[in-house]
Amino acid sequence: MSSHQGAAGVQEPLEVFRVLRDDGTLDPEHDPGLTTEEVVEIYRGLVLTRTLDQRLTALQRQGRIGFHVGSLGEEAAILGSTYAMRDTDWIFPCYREFGSALMRGLSLQKFLDNMFGNANDTVKGRQMPDHYTCREKRWGSISSPVGTQITQAVGFAWAAKIDGKDIATLTYFGDGATSSPEFHSGMNFAGVFKVPTVFFCRNNGWAISVPTERQTASATFAQKADAYGVVGVRVDGNDLFAVIAATRQAVERAARGEGPTLIEALTYRMGGHSTSDDPLRYRGDEQLEPWAARDPIERVRHHLTRLGAWDDEREAACIADVDARFKQAVAVAEQTPPPPLESMFEDVYESPPWHLVEQREQLIQGPRAPKSH
Amino acid sequence: MRTLRYREALREAMFEEMRRDETVFLMGEEVGFYQGAYKVSEGLLDAFGQRRVIDTPIAENGFAGVGIGAAMVGLRPVIEFMTWNFSFVAFDQIISNAAKVYQMSGGKIPLPIVFRGPTGAAKQVASQHSHSVDPFYTNIPGLWVGFPSTPRDAKGMLKTAIRTDDPVIFLEGETIYNVKGEVPDEEELIPLGKARVAREGKDCTVVAWGRPYYTALSAAELLEKEGIECEVIDPRWLRPLDMNTIIDSVSKTNRCVVVHEHWAYGGPGAEIADRVQRDGFDHLDAPILRVSNLDMPMPYASHLEELCLPTVERIARAVRQVCYREG
Repeated sequence: MSSHQGAAGVQEPLEVFRVLRDDGTLDPEHDPGLTTEEVVEIYRGLVLTRTLDQRLTALQRQGRIGFHVGSLGEEAAILGSTYAMRDTDWIFPCYREFGSALMRGLSLQKFLDNMFGNANDTVKGRQMPDHYTCREKRWGSISSPVGTQITQAVGFAWAAKIDGKDIATLTYFGDGATSSPEFHSGMNFAGVFKVPTVFFCRNNGWAISVPTERQTASATFAQKADAYGVVGVRVDGNDLFAVIAATRQAVERAARGEGPTLIEALTYRMGGHSTSDDPLRYRGDEQLEPWAARDPIERVRHHLTRLGAWDDEREAACIADVDARFKQAVAVAEQTPPPPLESMFEDVYESPPWHLVEQREQLIQGPRAPKSH
Repeated sequence: MRTLRYREALREAMFEEMRRDETVFLMGEEVGFYQGAYKVSEGLLDAFGQRRVIDTPIAENGFAGVGIGAAMVGLRPVIEFMTWNFSFVAFDQIISNAAKVYQMSGGKIPLPIVFRGPTGAAKQVASQHSHSVDPFYTNIPGLWVGFPSTPRDAKGMLKTAIRTDDPVIFLEGETIYNVKGEVPDEEELIPLGKARVAREGKDCTVVAWGRPYYTALSAAELLEKEGIECEVIDPRWLRPLDMNTIIDSVSKTNRCVVVHEHWAYGGPGAEIADRVQRDGFDHLDAPILRVSNLDMPMPYASHLEELCLPTVERIARAVRQVCYREG
């Protein structure tokens, strides 16, 4: 029996790791030791992420973009974990982590070019909004199917390890993805081969309309690590400092050759699953209240305000700056033409086969094209 | 006759079959409390309770396998995939198990199960969410494959599928859930493997199903103004195919265009063309042409997506070509 097994044979939840206290101070024992300037920089990223979420949802409602999948309420979990990774490490995203991509160096313009699917979009108008990539910043390509990035992150890190490179991978997924075969295969492989991967589970309470209690009968997601011989950690996902500290420990463990870590970040999806979803159909506002009271951005702001490093004036200036940059980038993205027709024949293969060349010629030359037979 | 939407017709079929037969149940992601991602199962949870309308964790291979197990003991599961794109996770269960259990057990274990959900491109959901799975599943012996185009067929075919003792792959057009059409008041079971002549004409047979069925009907209207009369045939079942109805039509029109929203490499579109040339060779006055998706993963950008799918203009051009009216 493991040490945290309760009397009824059901495991008691692992302790939740916290650093940021309610009064805005940090637990000195676990303080990750960031300078105030560093915290302010991350805080600006948090505000950027949330403001973009709100503006992009508005753009979708106006019919100017087709879709948005946001991260309201989960910003600290996402930005904190990305911040804790080394620049040489790779991120294997789910689809809710644009804040991570921007932190890694994806430009706001490139991000918005993807939201509009225009000719400057890094993925050439082929993917849905919020499905960008940033290979040069070691930030992977987004795949819609649930959980497929998990095994890929394991394979990447395993190959790097065999190659003698000190590279870890961080993969994001929601609580719903723990039901997918990818999670189980990925955890198992990583455990067996001691792969330097950080499995970062954003337990945000919901998989579209399915609550966590309908997703698993386990008391926690972190304890699933036990079965695979992987270290499991539960962290307050709305505590930026706890997320940074826990993720750093996981990376250090990976770098020492001690293998993977599963981090369960307890947070809450304050918005819908995506702009295609209406959460009011399955949950009431009262469920949001306890989480709103522990808002991850407010908590960092409180911390910075105590230190005298932030105030209303700086807050207003920060949001105004985001808005100005956003407006400018949207204007550019909207003025950029759509991808040219012939571009869609590129990259299906490295070199197009004859039948694709034939289809391209027929399309470009229009309805008056010569018959193909 | 009443006017129903395609999704309402599907819902009625499930409602009636669940009321008629206690062993029928529905399982899938968001089918219960959320009322279905596309609202096909709306109201079923209230009517039949959680014992028979079951929300699952996100694990397609899990609930496909669980459904197969339930069918082995004699239940009649209807397994909803939120979209058929997600069925790829369950491929092994469907192909290596559902399609083969009856045969592998020496006919001792029938598998009365229906896998259903939307397929094809929706609107700007890009490559991973726009698959037409028709070619994948029609290739597998042991499975029947239905794809209704109208509300009437949606209801009558789904009722047949639920009562069939073999596994049935039931494909629904994601973009036609809202299409309205007449549905008879009395019970109707559309027999397995029976096609339907949707529009009569003497100049060219056009075979189409799903969304391209409607595109083909629009093309037929356009061509009528040019003096070309198309006979539009909806095969309804892609496995088994009703080749008699198609060959009868070709024997009259001497021309055939097959329109499909799947890639041109194989699949039911190629199977129909092959059968027509074999069984109807003496009737043909022109090569059989196919209008299909362009051979690439579906792009997101709307103007590119539109060009990838069969358009009215591409269908009309193919018909003009086989009628020697083009160019």
